Amino acid sequence: MLRLPQFGVALPANVDAVVALLRDNPGARIVAGGTDILPNLKHRLDEPGMLISLAQVAELRSIAKVEHDGQAWVEIGAGNTLTQVSEDPQVRALFPSLATAAGLVASPLIRNMGTLGGNVNLDTRCRYVNQTKFWRQALGGGCLKSEGKVCWVVPTGRNCVAAMSSDCVPVLISLDAQIVLAGPQGQRVVPAASYFKADGLRHTVREDAELTTSLRVPVPTTPTRSAYAKWTVRKSIDFPLVSVALRFDLEADSVDAPVTKLVVVAGVLGAKPRIVSKLDDAIGKPLSDPALSRIVCAAVAKQCKPLENVPYEAPYRRRMFEVFTRRAIAELVAAG
Amino acid sequence: MAEALLSLRINGESVHAAAPAHWTLLEVLRYRLDLIGSKQGCDKGDCGACTVQVDGEPVLACLTLACAAAGREVRTVEGLGWAPEARDGCHPLQDAFDRWDAAQCGFCTPGILMSAEALLRKAGRVVTREEVREALAGNLCRCTGYTKIIDAVVDASAMLVGPREQA
Repeated sequence: MLRLPQFGVALPANVDAVVALLRDNPGARIVAGGTDILPNLKHRLDEPGMLISLAQVAELRSIAKVEHDGQAWVEIGAGNTLTQVSEDPQVRALFPSLATAAGLVASPLIRNMGTLGGNVNLDTRCRYVNQTKFWRQALGGGCLKSEGKVCWVVPTGRNCVAAMSSDCVPVLISLDAQIVLAGPQGQRVVPAASYFKADGLRHTVREDAELTTSLRVPVPTTPTRSAYAKWTVRKSIDFPLVSVALRFDLEADSVDAPVTKLVVVAGVLGAKPRIVSKLDDAIGKPLSDPALSRIVCAAVAKQCKPLENVPYEAPYRRRMFEVFTRRAIAELVAAG
Repeated sequence: MAEALLSLRINGESVHAAAPAHWTLLEVLRYRLDLIGSKQGCDKGDCGACTVQVDGEPVLACLTLACAAAGREVRTVEGLGWAPEARDGCHPLQDAFDRWDAAQCGFCTPGILMSAEALLRKAGRVVTREEVREALAGNLCRCTGYTKIIDAVVDASAMLVGPREQA
């Protein structure tokens, strides 16, 4: 039995009330689905005096096409559950890799509870952190992210390297999504690519008094192919141990058409997702060209360096990042 | 400890309970309302033994704040026997679990029944074994190896559809 620490619960009815509560109650935490924060509180990783529940904030649950800056976007309310995101016809048609990633998070039960906003703001995870307090004490008093002052992953490290373990984040970055925040100063829009920081203790630029209200994903203007590859030990329920989002813009709607732009993003390395660079040699090559797959896989193998912060050996995971990238490209090519 | 008054809808009835604000729905069900069918297993979202339905969707009662369930329709395994499709206080799923020996120690059974009921209700037809495996992916069973559980759910879906549609 894991009891929650004592806290009060506020049940505001709209975004303005949430922001006012956040502003007036420093240290208060937001709870939407509860599948991330409640286990963490049961493990005593935080003891907030107040939880602000989003259960009654209906305005966070729409999915709609909108126009901004002369561009078409799909605005997905942060309060949509991962099940709703993965099953939404618009998301499935326009952003298949996002539907795939949302549908691969944990188990059906957790996807029925957990929200897209919660998945984007999922706390970083580490094998030395997400344990009971008893377990952490047995280790010798926790680590940088819990009660202690040392890092068990990088023993000389002063920077927490807990892993960004969201399935949706690499995909949202690959799709050039934007994160909409509401705060005391009003609304702020941050590109997903610059939302994350390499600090496991505070890995997003969201301020304490800000609430993620929606995700804006631009509607593709060119033919495109996208995929999300995930490896876990159990297929049924697990955080990713390998996580790669791929997106290829094409000159024409065929895998034999030249690639005009490609974005490859990897998760579960450190606290910040890695946008794989030096892929320019692949531009102009058809997606079906084996040379393209070789260029992308070589860049992934070189730049994605897993740590021993989540289960399984880092060298094995490093190899699997490459393998899963290759298979994902092969599947896109096979699907035509 | 200050207790808050909760007004909940559980298995079609309005109930009131006083409980601390930080209690989960599972704790209120088990320790205030004596609805001990939903089980407290891992208590952190891994095992699915606490699965109940909120507004028809299977969710984990151990990770749902009780006060956040106010105004929503909660259904526990105790309510299955009162469903319109039940016969003699027994849902076709429960009947199938009995006939297929799908429960051994039985600890996971209430959660599995609630996940399976949502699957059958939404499908409205005979389900495939693969669909059952996917729907039950969040419910761990350490006894059976799942084979008889899957058999029972598929059989129950056939019973619910009726012999004519099967043919």
